Amino acid sequence: MKKRIYLDYAATTSIDPRVVKAMSPYFTGKFGNPASLHYFGNEAAEALDKSREVIAGAMNADPDEIIFTSSATESNNTAIKGVAFANKEKGKHILVSPIEHDCILNSALWLKKQGFDIEYLSVDGYGLIDPEEVRMKIRKDTILVSVMHANNEVGTIEPIAEIGKICREKGVYFHTDAAQSFGKVPIDVKKMNIDLLTASSQKMYGPKGVACLYVRKGVRMEPLLHGGGQESGKRSSTVNVVSIVGFAKAVEICLAEMGKESKRLIKLRDKIIKTVLKKIPDSYLNGHPKDRLPNNVNVRFSFVEGESILFQLDALGIAVSTASACSSPKLEPSHVLMAMGLKHEEAHGSLRVSMGRWTTEKDVDYLLKVLPGTISKLREISPHKIHG
Amino acid sequence: MAKSFYSKEVIKHFQKPHNYGKIKGYDGLGKVGNMICGDEMWLYIKVGKDKKGEEIIKDVKFETFGCVAAIATSSVLTDLVKGKTIKEALKVKKDDIVKVLGELPPIKLHCSVLAIDAFSEAVYDYYSKKKKEMPKSLEERHQIIIKREANHEH
Repeated sequence: MKKRIYLDYAATTSIDPRVVKAMSPYFTGKFGNPASLHYFGNEAAEALDKSREVIAGAMNADPDEIIFTSSATESNNTAIKGVAFANKEKGKHILVSPIEHDCILNSALWLKKQGFDIEYLSVDGYGLIDPEEVRMKIRKDTILVSVMHANNEVGTIEPIAEIGKICREKGVYFHTDAAQSFGKVPIDVKKMNIDLLTASSQKMYGPKGVACLYVRKGVRMEPLLHGGGQESGKRSSTVNVVSIVGFAKAVEICLAEMGKESKRLIKLRDKIIKTVLKKIPDSYLNGHPKDRLPNNVNVRFSFVEGESILFQLDALGIAVSTASACSSPKLEPSHVLMAMGLKHEEAHGSLRVSMGRWTTEKDVDYLLKVLPGTISKLREISPHKIHG
Repeated sequence: MAKSFYSKEVIKHFQKPHNYGKIKGYDGLGKVGNMICGDEMWLYIKVGKDKKGEEIIKDVKFETFGCVAAIATSSVLTDLVKGKTIKEALKVKKDDIVKVLGELPPIKLHCSVLAIDAFSEAVYDYYSKKKKEMPKSLEERHQIIIKREANHEH
C-alpha cells in the first residue's frame, strides 16, 4: 500500500494513543453517570471533576467556569445565542468578525432574523482585525463582540488580548473561538480579558464529539439545551465522561509539549512557505507571515484551481485542503479570502497545508518535491500561462 | 477502499487528460467560462473532410482552468467529437459525457455543459470565419451562451 501523508490537521486530528489509553477504563468499567449518587456515579463524577480542573488550568480559568458540550459548533452557538438572549434588555447590537467559522456566521444570521443587530468588523490583507475598529464600533447597546483567536483557513492569529481589553473597558462581553489555537499557542483568559472561549477536543488529538465553552463567572448566558440541569444548568444532557476524560488528557499533553512542538512546527512551516514561494512562480502566501498558527501554511497559485491541486496531491498520497469555490457546496470562494480582499480568480487556487504531531520533515520534503510538478502539470492544461 | 467524491473514470481522465493543449493554425476556437467563476475552457478544432467530402473534426484540443470535473469533462468531450462529422459532433449531449464518466456529482453537472458549449462555440467560430451559412440551432445556442457568460461577470 502507498504511504499516505496527512497534512490536514486543521480539519481533524487522530487521537493520541496516550489519550486512548486514558479513555479506555471509562468505556466499560467506569461507565457511571456522574449525576448518580452511588459508587459508579461517584467514580464518574470524580473523573469529570479532575478533567474539568485540567482544562480550566490550561487556560487559567476556574473549574466551574468550564462547561462541556458536544462540539465547537455547539459551544459557539451557545455563546452567541445564549449571550444575545440573556442580554437583550441591555441591547441588541453584536459585533462579529467576517472571517469566523460558519457556525458563528450562521448563528449571527439567525440572530438577525430574531431582531438582533449584527455588524461585521473588517480585516486587512492578512486577515487581521484592528482592535481600534472594535473600539470605534462598540455602542451603548452593544452586548457582545466575537472574534476568533486563530483563523482555520489562513492561520492568522488575531490580537485578542487587545480586543479583550477594549471590551472589558467598555463593559461588553468578548467571545473568542479558539478551536484552532487552544493547545497550540498560550491562552490566559484572565490576562486576555476573555469572557467566553470555545475549545475543541478533536483539533488537539482528543476524541470527536466533545468540546467546551469557558464562561467567566458572572456572565449572563441562556442555555441552548434545557433538561436535567447538568453543567450548572448551562448545558443539559447526560455528561459524556469518557470523551471528556480523553479531552482532558489531550489538553494535558498539548500543554506539556507546546513549547517544543510549536518550535518544531514553525521550522517546518517556514520551510514550506519559503521553498514554495521560491520554487513555484506566481505563488503567494495567504495570511500573516509571523502572526500565524505554527502548523498552518496557506498558499495560492495563479492559473490553477484548488480542487484540482488537492486531487493531484491525493493521488500522490498527500492529503491537504482547499477552500476554492469548486470544492464548496455553494460553489463560492472562501469568505475568508474574500474578506481579505482577494479577487475571485486569486482565491480559486488556494491550498491549505496543516501539520501536526506526526508530521515529519521527511513528509514535508516529499510535499516540496512533488508540489512544483503538480502545479506545472495543471498550468500546462490551463489556458492561462505565465507570461515572460 | 474509501468512498470517493468522483468516479474512477473521472479521476482517470483528470490524471491523464486526452487531447489537451493548443492546435497551431486552428480552424475554430470556443472560449467559455472565466477565471472569476472558477472554470474556463478553451476548445480548438481543426476541420477536415471524410471520403464523402463531409466536414469532420479532424483534430480537437482543449485548455481548461478548473476543477477535476471540468478537466475530466473536457477530456471526454474531445474523445467524443474527434473524427465525427461536424453535424454528428454537434449532437453530443452532456448526458453522453456523463455516461462515459459513469457519474458526476450533481453539483458538478454544469461542468459537462461547459464542455458542450465550448465545442459548439468552436464550431460557431469556424462557421463565422468561413462565412458559412449559420445553422439556426447553432446561432441560438451561441446567443444563450453569450448571454449566460455576460451574467456571470461579477
